[in-house]
Amino acid sequence: MALGFLLAKEFKQFIRTPIFVGLTLVFPAAIMLVIPWIVRMDIKNISVVVVDNDRSAASSDFIGAVGSSGYFIMDGLVPDYDEALQQVELSLTDAVIVIPDGFEKGLLFNGGAPVQVSINAVNETRGTLGASYLGAICAAFSEDFYALRGIAAGGEDVHAAGMRPSVEVSVQNRYNPMMDYKWFMIPGLFVIIIVMLCGFLPALNIVGEKEKGTIEQINITPVSKPVFILSKMIPYWIMGVGVLAVSMVLAYVIYGLAPLGSLLVIAAFSVIFIFSVSAFGLVVSNYSNNTQQAMFVMFFFILVFLLMSGLLTPIESMPGWIQAITYVNPLRYYIEVMRGVYLKGASFMDLLPQFWALMAFAVALGSWAVVSYKKQS
Amino acid sequence: MSKENAIEVVSLTKKFGDFTAVDNISFSVSKGEIFGFLGANGAGKTTAMKMLCGLSRPTSGDAVVAGYDINTNPEEVKRNIGYMSQKFSLYEDLTVYENIELFAGIYGMKRKDISRKAITLLQKLGFYSERKTFVKELPLGWKQKLAFSVAIFHEPKVVFLDEPTGGVDPVARRQFWFQIYEAAERGITVFVTTHYMDEAEYCNRVSVMVDGRIEALDTPSALKKRFGTDSMDSVFYQLARGAKRSD
Repeated sequence: MALGFLLAKEFKQFIRTPIFVGLTLVFPAAIMLVIPWIVRMDIKNISVVVVDNDRSAASSDFIGAVGSSGYFIMDGLVPDYDEALQQVELSLTDAVIVIPDGFEKGLLFNGGAPVQVSINAVNETRGTLGASYLGAICAAFSEDFYALRGIAAGGEDVHAAGMRPSVEVSVQNRYNPMMDYKWFMIPGLFVIIIVMLCGFLPALNIVGEKEKGTIEQINITPVSKPVFILSKMIPYWIMGVGVLAVSMVLAYVIYGLAPLGSLLVIAAFSVIFIFSVSAFGLVVSNYSNNTQQAMFVMFFFILVFLLMSGLLTPIESMPGWIQAITYVNPLRYYIEVMRGVYLKGASFMDLLPQFWALMAFAVALGSWAVVSYKKQS
Repeated sequence: MSKENAIEVVSLTKKFGDFTAVDNISFSVSKGEIFGFLGANGAGKTTAMKMLCGLSRPTSGDAVVAGYDINTNPEEVKRNIGYMSQKFSLYEDLTVYENIELFAGIYGMKRKDISRKAITLLQKLGFYSERKTFVKELPLGWKQKLAFSVAIFHEPKVVFLDEPTGGVDPVARRQFWFQIYEAAERGITVFVTTHYMDEAEYCNRVSVMVDGRIEALDTPSALKKRFGTDSMDSVFYQLARGAKRSD
């Protein structure tokens, strides 16, 4: 009864706040269009200069192989190593490849030749990954080199055979066959969208009523605390599900990514997760005296939650005590669910542990939101 | 406690740390009375009123409002009272009608009854043409009339008005007091704070609070006689000048 009237009020107020309506429409679109291209862990466009002391057919083939790999940008040839290093120091380039004199000869007659790589490892990931990509390119190059010569030059294939690895590792990329980082990120981005909208907006809501003084007129009425809190939560619940649906459609249209698993499983988990997130926002709102406070507290928690959720960095690589903390982070479970359903086609039964964890968060945060709302000071 | 009293207060006290905002006050207000609750700024009027409304928990003491104990049954008290805060606190981004509907709905009135009663009310106030106007667009005098109408829309037994006429012109104030008299005639007990001494004269009885205590309580004429003066202004001045705290 009272809930109906309160809900009508919340919806009217929401629709009459153009910034909220605009944000709800633009935010998911902006996130889905832009972020998948920039949040990625594979390294591309490493610029590289080459000091070619051999100037042979083989060395120019090698340079060509590096340039056409897709990971490196050729910044051209430099006469000597010192000058190349200077370019690295000035941040004009990321890496130096030195091809020694006698590179081709070594390849042809000694069964191999060294190549020196110096890479700027200030950004550790970029450095290590760049070096390992170069290693892979070298291996592929020598393989091709000998394969070609093996047929053409007959006698030399004895050395070539010795060069080839006797054990071949054949990797099958399950669940994300194209190894597309975007696919890995997008289910996580849904989480960001939900948290930003369904966490922050409720956090601003009750504290906003405190600032305007309207909460006093509500507190003087006999409205029950659960009803009032529900009236604050349900609009964000509906909004969250709607925004998620739009984002999922965008992911399909733009990136061709559709969940392997059931939409119903996604819906079930999302309803529980959105409930928890908006309950958390209301808890923060209940404890805050003004909007700035609520924003600051929310920002702190959301940032920590996001960084410790496994969204950007794998939880398995975090120190043990931090891994323990991530168990009290609802985002962790929801991200596992979304990635599981989207990429692996996980079923509800596969995700039972996540289900109980998220249910526990929903009950705990929902009750906390009701209890922390004080009608009497 | 007497059945005839709408409000009975016994030794009500509110402390904020070392500061005693309301210091052991006792009084009663009979049904249908217009009770003026006077006092200088910072005397503790609003704090006392918030305790009676169930918005603030007393440190000690007790009160029965509209038949319910404010300590043990604050939500039942709320069901039977109306309240108009010092600061205008209806929803500015809802229309006149939407505000009435919302609060009536919270008190459990049916949509159909609300609509019938609201139309009658708005017509009587000469407000019907403004029913779809956003409240933020109304002048202050109209806002206060609306706030009062909302406070008594659900027919409470007692209505609490905290400086209801602050900042409005004398004509609007007079009109507002007509509304108050009308409510009182319908049997609603009116508990009102004010800084205007002419308004004190309109009350059946007034109390004057100084530094958290009630220093005087009687009809306006008896108070004037006791202090040997012919104006409430002078009564108030004689009582309040002894105050140690002000803001």
